[in-house]
Amino acid sequence: MSAHGKGHGGVGAYIGVFLTLMALTLLTVWAAYQHLGIWNTPVALGIATTKAALVALIFMHLKDSPKLTAMVVGSSLLFLAFLIFVTASDYLTRKWVPIYFR
Amino acid sequence: MASPTHAALAHDDAPPELRHHFPDLAKQREASSLGMWVFLVTEVLFFGGMFLAYAIYRETHRRAFEGASNLLDLKLGATNTIVLIVSSLTMALAVWASGRSRKNATVLFLVLTMLLGATFLGIKYVEYKQKFERHEVPGPHFVVPQDEETHQPLPRQSEMFFSLYFCMTGLHAIHMIIGLGLVSWLVVRARRGEFSERYNTPVDMVGLYWHFVDIIWIYLFPLLYLLGRHTL
Repeated sequence: MSAHGKGHGGVGAYIGVFLTLMALTLLTVWAAYQHLGIWNTPVALGIATTKAALVALIFMHLKDSPKLTAMVVGSSLLFLAFLIFVTASDYLTRKWVPIYFR
Repeated sequence: MASPTHAALAHDDAPPELRHHFPDLAKQREASSLGMWVFLVTEVLFFGGMFLAYAIYRETHRRAFEGASNLLDLKLGATNTIVLIVSSLTMALAVWASGRSRKNATVLFLVLTMLLGATFLGIKYVEYKQKFERHEVPGPHFVVPQDEETHQPLPRQSEMFFSLYFCMTGLHAIHMIIGLGLVSWLVVRARRGEFSERYNTPVDMVGLYWHFVDIIWIYLFPLLYLLGRHTL
């Protein structure tokens, strides 16, 4: 971790990430107007997640962080997944009627 | 309290920024970084609850949410996305410059970050003002808006969209205001020459916070402004 005090990544990497983020922003606006059927939402979320990952890995130096930090971040995603999964499994199944009530 | 001898031993040639309970600056920095990430994790779940509420209600009242979402000003939202991405770049460069003891560059990049943050809030103000003028703010003065295409009134649940819109963007804006305060504090310290190759933890930590707030907006923009545009 000797590079810590100096900050990681070069200016080149930052510029590269910045340009990619700009391109992805334009791409997501363009994609929003396309008729992709059920795929509009996954595409929008996929692009957003790619952008978020770039910011976290390069701008926030997660790529060069200790494993413990990566674990903390991973745990947040795990608990977010629990939150979404458990709540969605309630709301999205409320209209399900047992077959013997039909 | 440590005895003077103990303190003298521990701090013989210790840098002034080193707290006595850390063996060296690298360890201190790692602890700061981990603490900041733990805080950001709680923020993920804080915002996560709102994103989830939005997703559930959008799914339950799709027509109301898509119609109301299409009433947002896409140009202003996209401009704000770009402003925030540029501010993330200037923040990353401020961290980089401070870690190389480049005082003037650090101050410059921090001031640029503040200007961009203020621009974001200014654009947000214009958007909010528009919503108030059009009676799209939830509450007693809310008027159910018309669909942009059909000019039929939207379902009543469009008010819920605007409730969530104001909660989520409002909470994000509060984070931006706190971020501006933190960066202005960094500007003062950077001007005093407190950050160097040896020690720039405060810049690094505020940087993490600033980028995190950017990530929240990266999700807010498509979810609030974009989903449903293709139905037009």
